[in-house]
Amino acid sequence: MDAIFNRYRSYRSLVVLVVVVMAQVLYLAYQVRTHNDERLIRVWAVSAVTPMAGIVEAVRHNTIGFLKDYFYLLDVRDQNRRLKSDNDKLRMENVFYRNQLNTAEHARALTLFQAKTPSRTVAARVIGDSTVSTAKAVFIDRGSTSNIEKGMAVVTPDGIVGKVAAVYPLVAQVLLVTDSTFKVGVESQKGHIHGALNCGSGKCVVEQIQNEEDVAVGEWFYTSGEDRIFPKGFPVGTVISVQPGQGMKDVRLNLSGAPGGAEEVLVVLDGVHQTIPTAVPPEEKMAPPLPPPPDDRQMTSAQPGTVQTEADKLVQKYQQLGKEEDHVYGAMNSNMPNFNLKPAPKQPTPPPGAGGPAAANPAGKPLASAPILGAPLQTARPSANPTKAAKPPVPTTLPPKAALPLGSPRPKPPTDSAPATPPTTQPQ
Amino acid sequence: MNESSDHLLRSRRSSESLFSRFQVAGLVVLTLIAVISKFYLPRLIPSAVWLEVPLLLTIYFGLMRPDPVPALLFGAFVGISEDSLSPANIPIGMYGITKTLVGYFAASVSQRFNVGTGVIRLILCFFFFVFHAFFYWAMRRALLDQPVPFDTQQTLLHGAFNVAVALPLYLILDRMKLADES
Repeated sequence: MDAIFNRYRSYRSLVVLVVVVMAQVLYLAYQVRTHNDERLIRVWAVSAVTPMAGIVEAVRHNTIGFLKDYFYLLDVRDQNRRLKSDNDKLRMENVFYRNQLNTAEHARALTLFQAKTPSRTVAARVIGDSTVSTAKAVFIDRGSTSNIEKGMAVVTPDGIVGKVAAVYPLVAQVLLVTDSTFKVGVESQKGHIHGALNCGSGKCVVEQIQNEEDVAVGEWFYTSGEDRIFPKGFPVGTVISVQPGQGMKDVRLNLSGAPGGAEEVLVVLDGVHQTIPTAVPPEEKMAPPLPPPPDDRQMTSAQPGTVQTEADKLVQKYQQLGKEEDHVYGAMNSNMPNFNLKPAPKQPTPPPGAGGPAAANPAGKPLASAPILGAPLQTARPSANPTKAAKPPVPTTLPPKAALPLGSPRPKPPTDSAPATPPTTQPQ
Repeated sequence: MNESSDHLLRSRRSSESLFSRFQVAGLVVLTLIAVISKFYLPRLIPSAVWLEVPLLLTIYFGLMRPDPVPALLFGAFVGISEDSLSPANIPIGMYGITKTLVGYFAASVSQRFNVGTGVIRLILCFFFFVFHAFFYWAMRRALLDQPVPFDTQQTLLHGAFNVAVALPLYLILDRMKLADES
C-alpha cells in the first residue's frame, strides 16, 4: 500500500497534468460538438475586464487628448509670446476649436452615412482587441442593451468591418473581415461577378472567380448579400491585381474600410439590400479650400482707400503729405513737412475702356498726362515755400537740336573777331 | 507540548495562511493586469499585439516554483482567463491547454536545472514562446480545423521581442518576490 502511495506521489504532478489537460480537451470537444459557446465564463470575464478597459479608454481619450492639447497650446503660446496678447488669445481659441472640429469630423461622417443609408444602424466605439493575436477581433462599447445581436454586420462609411460574434450586456465582440475564418460574399461593379472574399492569408483575395470572367484592376467590389450578414451594396474595396490561376482567378482586393484601424463603427441593426451603384462610390464632398490670405502689405497697397478708424485716416493723411513734400519719416536731414496743409485731392482713375480722355473729361479741361520725352518736367505738388511756388518751373531738359547727317563736318563755333561773312568788294 | 508552544504554532499557521492569501491575491491581480494588457494595449501600441505578458507570467511562475502542480494550475487559470476574452469562434480551452503544458514543463525544467541565472531564464522564455505559438497553431488546425497560417520567421522574431520584454519584467518580479519574502 505504501509503495503504491509513494509511486502515486512521484507521479502526482503528471497525473494532475493529464487530468487538467483532459478536462479541458473534453470541454473543448463538448463546445465544438454542440456548437454551444460557453456564455457564463465569457460573460464573467468580459464583465470583469471590459469596464476597466472602458475606464482606461475614457481616461486615455479625454485626459491624454487634453494633455496633448495643453502642451500643444503651451508650445503655441511660447511661439506667439512675441506677438500681441489679443492675437495670442485668438490663435489659442482657434487651435482649440480646430481640434474640436477634427475630433468631431469622423463622428459627423458616421452621422451623415447613417442618415444616407437605408439600413438602420447604431454607432459604436472600439474599446479593445481580442487576446488572440492571430485572430482578428475587437470589442465595441455597445451590447445587448443597445439592441445588438449576434451576427449583425459592422461597417463604416468607407467599407465593411466585420460581424458581431458575441454580445454581452454592455459590450459586443466583432470578428473582423480580416480574420482567417471569415468570408464575405462580394460582387463586382461592372460584370456583377460573384465571389467570396477571404483575408485569411494576410492578403484579401476574392475566391471562386473563374478565369473566363472579366475583372479589371481598379474595379470596385460590393457586398452581394449572399452571406446573409452584410446587406447588398456596401463597398468592399478595389481590385489591385488580377492573375489567372488554375481554373480560378487570383483577384486581390484593397479593402476600403480599414477594419483593423477603425475607431468608430456602425452596427447594422436592420439591413436593407441596395442595388450596386454603377458609378464609383462618391467620396465625401468637401468645399474647396480657400486661397491663402494675402500679405498685410499687399492688402494695404492694393486697398489704399480702405481706412477703418480716425487714426487710420490721420496716418493716411500724414503719409500723403510726406510724399507730396518729399519728406521721409524717420530719415536724417529730411525737410520738415507742413502738416497744416491739406493734401491734394486724388484724381479719380477712369475705368478701363470708358471712352478715352474725351469721355472722361467732358468739360474739355487739360488733363494731367505722363511727361513726353524731351518736354519740360512739370511738378504739380504745392510747395511749402510761397516764394518758391511763385517762381516759374525751371526746365530740366535742353531744347532739342537739329540732327546732322552722318559724316558731315562739325560746325565751328562762331568767333567775335573774325566775321563769318567774306569781305565784299567796293565798286570803283 | 505546553500552552505557549501551542499558541506559537497557531499564530504561525495563521500568518502562513495570511501570506498565501496575499500571494494568491497578488497572482490574481497580476493575471488580470496581464490579460487586460493583452486586451487593451494593442489599441495604444499596435505592435503590442504580439506581446504575451500572460505567457511570460506563466513561465516565470513555473521557473520559480519547482512543484509542477501549482505551476500547471496557474497556467490553466491564466489560459482560461485569456480564452474567455478570445473571439467567439475559438472555444474556451485552447490557451488553457497550451499554458497548462507550458507551466508544467517550466516547473519540470526548474526541478532539474538551475534557472536562477538570467540568461537561462531568457533562453527558456524564448523556447517556451515558440513552443506555445506552435502548439496553439497545431491545436487550431487539428482540433478546430481552422486554416491558420504559421510564419516561422515571424514567430522567432516575436519570441525575441517577448524575451526583450521579459528581461525587465522578470527583474521587477524578482524584486517583488524578494520584498515579499523579507
